[in-house]
Amino acid sequence: MVEILPKMPKSWNPESKPHKFCPGCGHGLVLKALGQAIDELGIQDRVVFGCDIGCSLLSWDFFNVDTVQTHHGRTTPVMVGIKRANPNLVVVAYMGDGGGYAIGSQHLVNAATRNEKITCILVNNTNYAMTGGQMAPTTMPGQKTETTPYGRDVEETGYPMLGPEMVAAITREGAYAARGSVAKFAQLKKYIKKALENQMAGRGFSFVEALSTCPTNWRTNAAQTWQFIEETMTKYFPLGEFKVPEGKED
Amino acid sequence: MNDKPITGEKKVFMTGNEVVAWAALAAGAEVMFGYPITPQNEIMHYWTRLAPKYGRKFLQTEDELSAGFTLIGGVLAGKKAFTATAGPGNVLMQEPMSMAEAMRIPTVAVIQQRGGPSTATVIYSQQEVNLTCFGGNGEGLRVVYSTSSHQELFDYTIKAFNTAWKYRFPTFVLADGYQAKMRESLVIYDPFEKMEMVEPEPFVGKPGTPGVDRKPAHLRNAYSVEEELYEALSKDIADYEKAVPELVEHESFNTEESELLVIAHGVVYRSAAMAVKELAEEGRKVGYFRPITLRPFPQEQLKEAARKAKQILVVESAYGQLYRLVRENLYGADIPLKTMFMPGVGITPEEVREKCVALLDGKEA
Ligand SMILES: Cc1ncc(C[n+]2csc(CCOP(=O)(O)OP(=O)(O)O)c2C)c(N)n1
Ligand code: SF4
Ligand SMILES: [Mg+2]
Repeated sequence: MVEILPKMPKSWNPESKPHKFCPGCGHGLVLKALGQAIDELGIQDRVVFGCDIGCSLLSWDFFNVDTVQTHHGRTTPVMVGIKRANPNLVVVAYMGDGGGYAIGSQHLVNAATRNEKITCILVNNTNYAMTGGQMAPTTMPGQKTETTPYGRDVEETGYPMLGPEMVAAITREGAYAARGSVAKFAQLKKYIKKALENQMAGRGFSFVEALSTCPTNWRTNAAQTWQFIEETMTKYFPLGEFKVPEGKED
Repeated sequence: MNDKPITGEKKVFMTGNEVVAWAALAAGAEVMFGYPITPQNEIMHYWTRLAPKYGRKFLQTEDELSAGFTLIGGVLAGKKAFTATAGPGNVLMQEPMSMAEAMRIPTVAVIQQRGGPSTATVIYSQQEVNLTCFGGNGEGLRVVYSTSSHQELFDYTIKAFNTAWKYRFPTFVLADGYQAKMRESLVIYDPFEKMEMVEPEPFVGKPGTPGVDRKPAHLRNAYSVEEELYEALSKDIADYEKAVPELVEHESFNTEESELLVIAHGVVYRSAAMAVKELAEEGRKVGYFRPITLRPFPQEQLKEAARKAKQILVVESAYGQLYRLVRENLYGADIPLKTMFMPGVGITPEEVREKCVALLDGKEA
């Protein structure tokens, strides 16, 4: 039998492969989509990748692109500073849902409001994965986590945060906001590519949330993992584009 | 567009905040990131008026965390960049400064100390010594210049950029609300005509494709095992220790003759110096020692200055923040330490004089 290996994006760093994520983790797929988008746009020499603290940190040597580890929640301002100081670079702030929607939410809101010419990719895995599976702003009603052992009680802790919808609501023309999923790879890649192109065109803040799998903290097998991301998560987190600059609609 | 904010030398009369803005411009700072807080606001006000004339940039961020982290980004992209803050803003600034310390990022921050703890006053203090020297979850691998006059604010703000970019440690100019708001005369100048200016350099976005033409920059502050961290930190500590003799700065007076040595820093040093000089003129055996760098501390120089002293008086607008540095750096010297602590309050030459006389006359133990 002939084994067909998936082609590795050119922008990946082969020395750090196989990657450090758990088996079945969605992070690798998001980064594959990003790697392919970087290749197709031919911007490997211009990209600066910033990774948050969270499982995103495990991507710090994932690419052969200049990469900066930052602090939990602080990737957005670091990338804003780099972009403002050198607008020729294409900067990517890569973060988790805890980093982007909780501890770093003020940075997300204000970067979006200022229409910073950066691209944020936020991995929504409905929990704080790196610290062992606590509740995140995206944890769904009734979902069990280490800090909601009886399920998330919306009376006590509210409903899941809707990031791209919020970004769409607070930004003006020129911004881009979308939600993709690692379960719909081609669509996710298209969104990420559009988000990069939008930055390169200098139009505005570009934001993609990626629904992603975390079988380790979900404690799910392969079938349950797939069902969770495709059926349960999409009930709360609809896929699609929420803000598209004029003329860039499909 | 003009790119030389100052040519030659110019005598001026201005507030300290204005001085800082001019110094940063003169030093070639290309961008300031800041968040409003008294008493540093006018640094931003002057910067935002002057900067566009010289092609420089400004960003008002959502808080001091963001000011510090955008500052880090600007520096990573290879620009001389700075921020200014105070009090509760300095507290928030410590998170980014801890990252700068870990990653050897040459940030420059001007701190105009105000009263503390908490919101306290917007006026003045010397209560941010601990925070500025040792804030963050690290070892205090920073450089902190404590200025005492507008001339020094100008000189040391320029020097801060050179120090930061030469040694790659976060560098602070530690002043206070009095220095910020007072008007004084000084000479401003173009430092490029006077001294060697250290050029900035990008950490990311250098020419070439990473992995093809050059290695990618993979800049870290997180480590998976203890030994890995220890190795990285040991190198930074060794670099810091090696730089200490080149970095430390101090000033002293009459130490060979003095039985009483007065130690003060920043604006309080000026009161102390006036009182001490007056008393010395009257024939009293008194001198002073003033650390200019609080980090690293001029330890050998202090020990030398204290050799003849029978007693030491530490004067500060804080409750023992300088005192702790003095005690630590004088360890082993058997000299009684007297104190004059006025946390959050200014200290006049008369007050220092009175205290000195009492100590010299043996009226106060
Ligand atoms: C200031 C600060 N607080 C807390 C932490 C601990 N911490 C590390 S990762 C993390 C959560 C990560 O969750 P998320 O951002 O959702 O990323 P994921 O691991 O799920 O991909 C936390 C709370 C930290 N590193 N820094
Ligand atoms: S804990 Fe979850 S998010 Fe983190 S690497 Fe493992 S599967 Fe991925
Ligand atoms: Mg998460």
